[in-house]
Amino acid sequence: MKALLVGECRDGRLAGEVAELFGFAAVSGAEASLVLVGNPDGVPAFGGRLYFADAREYGEYNPDVHKRLVMQAVERECPDVVVFLQSSYGWDLAPRLAAAMNVAQVSGVTGIDDGGYAVDSCNGKMRRTVKPLTSSAVLTLQPGAFPAPAEQGVPELIRLDADRSSGIEFLGSSQPETGADLSRASAIVSAGRGVGSEKHVDLVRGLAEALGGEVGASRPVIDAGWLERSRQVGSSGQTVSPALYVACGISGSIQHLAGMKGAGYILAVNTDRDAPIGDVADVFVVADLVQFLPALTARLRVGQ
Amino acid sequence: MNILVCVKQVPDMAGRFSPNAAGTWYDEAALVFRMNERDENAVEEAVRFKEQLGGTPEVTVLSIGPGRVVETIRKALAMGCDRGVHIDDPLASERDPWQIASMIAGHARGCRYDIIFTGMQSDDRGSAQVGVLTAEMLCVSCVTGVVGFGWQDGAATADRELEGGRRGMTRLKPPMLLTCQQGLNSPRYPTLPNIMKSRKKEISVLLPDEVGLGEPLSSVTGFRHHERQTAGLFLEGDVDDLAGRVATLLDAKRGIFRRGGAV
Repeated sequence: MKALLVGECRDGRLAGEVAELFGFAAVSGAEASLVLVGNPDGVPAFGGRLYFADAREYGEYNPDVHKRLVMQAVERECPDVVVFLQSSYGWDLAPRLAAAMNVAQVSGVTGIDDGGYAVDSCNGKMRRTVKPLTSSAVLTLQPGAFPAPAEQGVPELIRLDADRSSGIEFLGSSQPETGADLSRASAIVSAGRGVGSEKHVDLVRGLAEALGGEVGASRPVIDAGWLERSRQVGSSGQTVSPALYVACGISGSIQHLAGMKGAGYILAVNTDRDAPIGDVADVFVVADLVQFLPALTARLRVGQ
Repeated sequence: MNILVCVKQVPDMAGRFSPNAAGTWYDEAALVFRMNERDENAVEEAVRFKEQLGGTPEVTVLSIGPGRVVETIRKALAMGCDRGVHIDDPLASERDPWQIASMIAGHARGCRYDIIFTGMQSDDRGSAQVGVLTAEMLCVSCVTGVVGFGWQDGAATADRELEGGRRGMTRLKPPMLLTCQQGLNSPRYPTLPNIMKSRKKEISVLLPDEVGLGEPLSSVTGFRHHERQTAGLFLEGDVDDLAGRVATLLDAKRGIFRRGGAV
C-alpha cells in the first residue's frame, strides 16, 4: 500500500503531530511519501520522497493553491490513501482533495478496523467502521490515535510548483489573546457546559481556590462569555499538564482532551456516566456538580 | 442577495445511544432531537447579515432528513430565516457526506445563492466534510471554521479558527460558502411573536432524486459503544459521602499538587 502523507506548517514551524502521520503509515504497513508546504529548515527526517513547496512563496495556507500543490504529488505518486491530520488545515483541505480525486473521505480515523477505519461519533460516545467504496481514499487522523515512530533518514526532495491564483485573499493571522497563563499551574479546575449557568462558575472558582489552583474552561463556557478566552483549555486554546486537573461538567470532546490529557491526575465530575472524559479520568464522580463541588470544597478547607 | 443556510437535526449528545438493528447508526427511539449547535451559529450569522443589510437579502434554510426535521426548519424560520426547503429523505442518516453534499449542491445550483452558511461539522457524525464538498461541487470559494464574519464593499471578511487560539483572516467575494464554528456568535432564542410569524412561512418539500442524489462513496458498519480505555475509579452515591472519599484521595496526593508546577 502507498500512503501520501500531507504535512502542515503552523506559524512557520512544522506541526509536531506530523509525526503521527508516519505512525499511521507504520501501523498500516504503507510505503510513505510526504507532501509539505512548509519551511525548508523544518523538514522531518524520513527515508522517502518529499514533495515540497516553500510556505514563504505559497503561504502557510490557501486552500486553492495548496489543493493544486497536493494534487501534483497525488498525480505523481498515485497513492492508495492520502492522509491528513484532523486539524484546521486537514479538515479544510481533505474534502477538497477527495472532491478533486472523486474518492471517499474518512474523517477522524482512530484505528484500522475490519477492512475499514474506526471513527468516533456522537461526541466520542460511540464508534463506527467506515469503509471507502472507492479504490483510493482520503483520510484525516484523530490527534493522538497513532503513536509517532522514530523516523530517520534524508528524504529525496521533489519541488512542487503551482499557479498561485485564488478567490480567497489572506490578510494575515492573529496571535492568541493574552491573559491567564495556565501552563505553570499545579492544579486546574475547569468548568464545562454542565455547569449550566454563569453563577455556578463560582463553585468551580471556589474549588480552585481551595486547591490553590487556576480556573480553566472548555469551549462552551468561553463562548457563553462566562470566563475570559485565555482560560480555554483544548486544541483551540491552551494545552496544559498540571499535576491535578478537575473537569467539572466537561463531556470531554476530542478537542478538549487534546489540551489536558497530559495532566498527572484527572478528576471528572459529571452526571453523564457515558461522557468520554471517562477515557482519561483517574477518578470519575457521577454527581450533580452543583451539590458535589461545594461539599468537596468544604471538606478540603477543613483539612487545611 | 440570496442566502442559504444548511441545518441538520441531531440528537442531544447527553442522551443514551444504542445501535439500530442494522448496526449502521443509532436507534432514534429514546433520543431527543434539536438543531446541530454549529448550525445555530450559521443561522444566527445569516439572520444578522440580513439585518445588517436592512432586511433585503432573502434567507432560505435547508434541511435533509425525515419528517421530524421540519421542527428544526421551523426553529430557523422563527430565528429569522424567510423560507424553508425540506429535502424529505427518510434514509438521510444512511447517506455518506458526499451524498448529502450532492443533494445540497443539486438544490443550490438552480438558486444562485450568493452566500451559503453551514455548520463546520455535525455533533453526531462530525465529518466536517459536507460544507466543503458542497462548495467544491458548486465551484465556489469556501472558508472553514469561521469565528468572525464581516461585510464591506461587496466582499466578506472571514476569520478562521486555527490551533492554539490563533486566527487566520481572509477576504473573499460571493459566491462563497462559509462553515461556521462555535464562538462566531450567540444564537438568539426565538421570541413568541416570531414563532407565531414563522408558522406562516413557506416550506417547500423536495425529494432526493429531484435534487440529484449521488452514489455513495463509503459505507458504515459496526456502530457500537466506544469501549472506555481508563482503569480509573468510578464513584457514585450520596454526595457528602462522595465528597469525603474524593477529599481523602486528593489529600493523599496533596504533597504532589502543592509542590507546584506542571508535570
